[in-house]
Amino acid sequence: MAKIQKLRVNGTERAIDADPQSSLLTVLREQLDMTGSKYGCGEGQCGACTVLINGTARRSCITTVGSTEGREITTIEGLEHHGRLHPVQDAFLAEGAALQCAYCASGMIMSAVALLKTNPHPSEQEIAAAMEGNLCRCGTNPRIIAAILRASQAHQEAGA
Amino acid sequence: MRHDPTVSSTLEPERYEFCAPTTHRFELQRRDFFKLLGAGVLIISAVPEAIARQESGARAPQFGEPLPKEISAWLHIGENGVTTVYTGKVEIGQNIRTSLAQAVAEELRFPLERIELVMGDTQLTPYDMGTFGSRTTPTMNLQLRKVSAAARETLLALAAKQWNVDAGGLVASDGKITDPGTKRTVQYADLVRGQQLSQIIPADDPLIPASQWTVEGQSIAKVDARDFVTGKHRYPSDQTAPGMLYGKVLRPPSFGATLVSVDAPSQDFVNDVTFVHDGDFVGVAAASSEAAAQAVAAIHATWKEQPQPSRTELFDYLKNSPVEAKGFEGASRYETGSVDQALASADHRLKQTYHVNYIAHAPLEPRAALAQWSGETLTVWTGTQRPFAVRTELAQALRIPEDRIRVLMPDMGSAYGGKHTGECAVEAARLARAANRPIKLVWTREEEFTWAYFRPAGVIEISGGVGLDGMIAAWEFTNYNSGAAGIRTFYDIPNQRIVFQPTRYPLRQGSYRALAATANHFARESFMDEMAHAVGQDPLEFRLKNLKDERLRAVFQAAAEKFGWGHAQPAVGHGFGIGGGFEKGGNVATCAEVAIDPSTSEVRIVRVVVAFECGAIVNPDNLKSQILGGNVMGIGGALFEAIDFDNGRVLNARFSKYRVPRFSDVPQIDVVLVDRKDLPSTGAGETPLVGLAPAVGNAIFNATGKRIRSLPMAPHGIKSA
Repeated sequence: MAKIQKLRVNGTERAIDADPQSSLLTVLREQLDMTGSKYGCGEGQCGACTVLINGTARRSCITTVGSTEGREITTIEGLEHHGRLHPVQDAFLAEGAALQCAYCASGMIMSAVALLKTNPHPSEQEIAAAMEGNLCRCGTNPRIIAAILRASQAHQEAGA
Repeated sequence: MRHDPTVSSTLEPERYEFCAPTTHRFELQRRDFFKLLGAGVLIISAVPEAIARQESGARAPQFGEPLPKEISAWLHIGENGVTTVYTGKVEIGQNIRTSLAQAVAEELRFPLERIELVMGDTQLTPYDMGTFGSRTTPTMNLQLRKVSAAARETLLALAAKQWNVDAGGLVASDGKITDPGTKRTVQYADLVRGQQLSQIIPADDPLIPASQWTVEGQSIAKVDARDFVTGKHRYPSDQTAPGMLYGKVLRPPSFGATLVSVDAPSQDFVNDVTFVHDGDFVGVAAASSEAAAQAVAAIHATWKEQPQPSRTELFDYLKNSPVEAKGFEGASRYETGSVDQALASADHRLKQTYHVNYIAHAPLEPRAALAQWSGETLTVWTGTQRPFAVRTELAQALRIPEDRIRVLMPDMGSAYGGKHTGECAVEAARLARAANRPIKLVWTREEEFTWAYFRPAGVIEISGGVGLDGMIAAWEFTNYNSGAAGIRTFYDIPNQRIVFQPTRYPLRQGSYRALAATANHFARESFMDEMAHAVGQDPLEFRLKNLKDERLRAVFQAAAEKFGWGHAQPAVGHGFGIGGGFEKGGNVATCAEVAIDPSTSEVRIVRVVVAFECGAIVNPDNLKSQILGGNVMGIGGALFEAIDFDNGRVLNARFSKYRVPRFSDVPQIDVVLVDRKDLPSTGAGETPLVGLAPAVGNAIFNATGKRIRSLPMAPHGIKSA
């Protein structure tokens, strides 16, 4: 089986050397030292490893590297542009107590970024539904919903 | 019934807190400090035992004293304008890196952003038994306030000497000292330049009262939050070292199984795989985690399994397997009055049995360690609540002296009482020694669910006698196995017998957020509800009638008021419930509204009100988050979490099989903070969750008339509970 030798991550082509069946999360973490995406379960149940693939939220732990050929991968490390955080990152900071251990935060933020792309002004119920696949064991869920609402409002104000 | 949290500033171990003996060890000499830290002012906080010994020598601690052996923290003000604080406490998501910095900023009168905390590094920080038991705020926060106040007074004295004025007229603020008379100002950094001053406290420098706090008492956000929203923070599982390999351990098929034989895989199966077989330990090191997993899968091992108890027999097993245990794991018994007589003569007698299943902590970051040898010395980065105890474990397992081991604890992905131990660190270190390379080992979710330890299951029996007037006359309470934390009743009952009975147990068990206080509050507050109904009284009124403690009454009343208790009636299919209590210096009362789905009988928690009081509040927003978080987490243990096991195997060791709370499970939660600036601050990471399960259970009864006496209460709706 031919090895996969390149990956397009955060706008840059990166050299890798991986079996097509290798998990994207493992390759990101072990070959590219991009540790912002987290391991939590290995079965797509907790969302800690969430990345965007062509703009859509995907669980990188159950995504094979082979399936990402020719696609654009965005990780938490790629949200910041020229020193400016993404509005969702800003909102998590502004809703300061949204962060306890914050191990879930990368995945939460990536899922929220994907949500706001397709639904810029979600209701609380729509946010909760969209975030159902992301676990926070510290129980910051109400603060995370508040942060995503805050991000959507910032988006609205910026657009107005 | 209340014990004073300020009585002992050292830790009172409780059953199921994993504890090690306090093997104090402190190698640094005073001159080493300044070599390490550079010139400046150093203030050292000694713990009471060391102080007592010094005082018995009838000499007050002075500058230049040899360091005491028992030290709780130290603080260094450097020439570079940075204050560095060293504490053995660790950051596990409770945000003490922030709240402890607030304590220092407040008393030192120093900018928060120029305070750095070095935490949980066995080489650099003082010995600490561990970060658990809600002790950081009542003990370390207070110690750091004292250290910082002493530092402030030292700096004032230095400035007074420099300017030849009375220190009493000088003002310390924002990292500088000002003489209001002459308008002269000097930065702390300039004041300490070239100095090598050290001082050991306790000093009786006045602490700033909570009513005058300007930094403590404020909602300061997580100090290094930006690193967490950008993915830059390196958790234990994110650590790397040059030349690092990945480890993987072969696990037995069931608990109690012993290794009979093992065949090493042929070395060409995967290139560069190191294979280790040492006693019952079998593991590999390889270039990637996937290669390591493949290599372990290729190992042929034979195990001898032993029959193990199963979940179906759990509660009979606990009830019928008493053991004699010693020390803090031993039986406890509290008796007052004549409980048998009072029960016999009571107007109403009730007797009920409650059950609590095993649950898992399931921290989102599983156990992880990076181990690196350099000759005979070992450095391990690992996620643990007890870095010093992990150092001891490593020393024992690897048979090397503790002074050749350094354990560091990068701020980790939570623990909830579940990471008191160092299994993963020991495994990584063993593999690293064999491979002669740094090894990273991250447990899989299945390993975390299986080979960590669990919150103890338990059986609780209660008998109560109550008069027609609603006064409780007799109270008999026995807890089998789940633990003694929060076992005493805070209601005023003249005749009591309260027993904790240790038993044999089928699964490895240990600390879990709030320990057995959750189980004991569930049973006690459910039973209180049953007694209230037996005498036809409102559950809140019945509690208040039997409760004198003003602090606890205050939170019950605050929660009830916010909830609207006694005013509104629940809608059809809905129910209201209340529960609360006192533990680890905190007072909590919880009201819950549930709704029962008529077709599926699923229980949905609609609304929760939590009132909490823990003395003077250090950080209101973070406190609110701890209360919210504890209650969200508590939903799982209350309604659906349980470890399913059969003959030594965990049957639901995955998130797809073990349900934890998700967004759709989270109700509206209103938090009422009761700020008592006149009382010492106590911890808040644990106690806020203990009222949830009984409030929900009592609400289910209110909605359905069905009393559920087992946790979890409704894993598949209440029909099958």
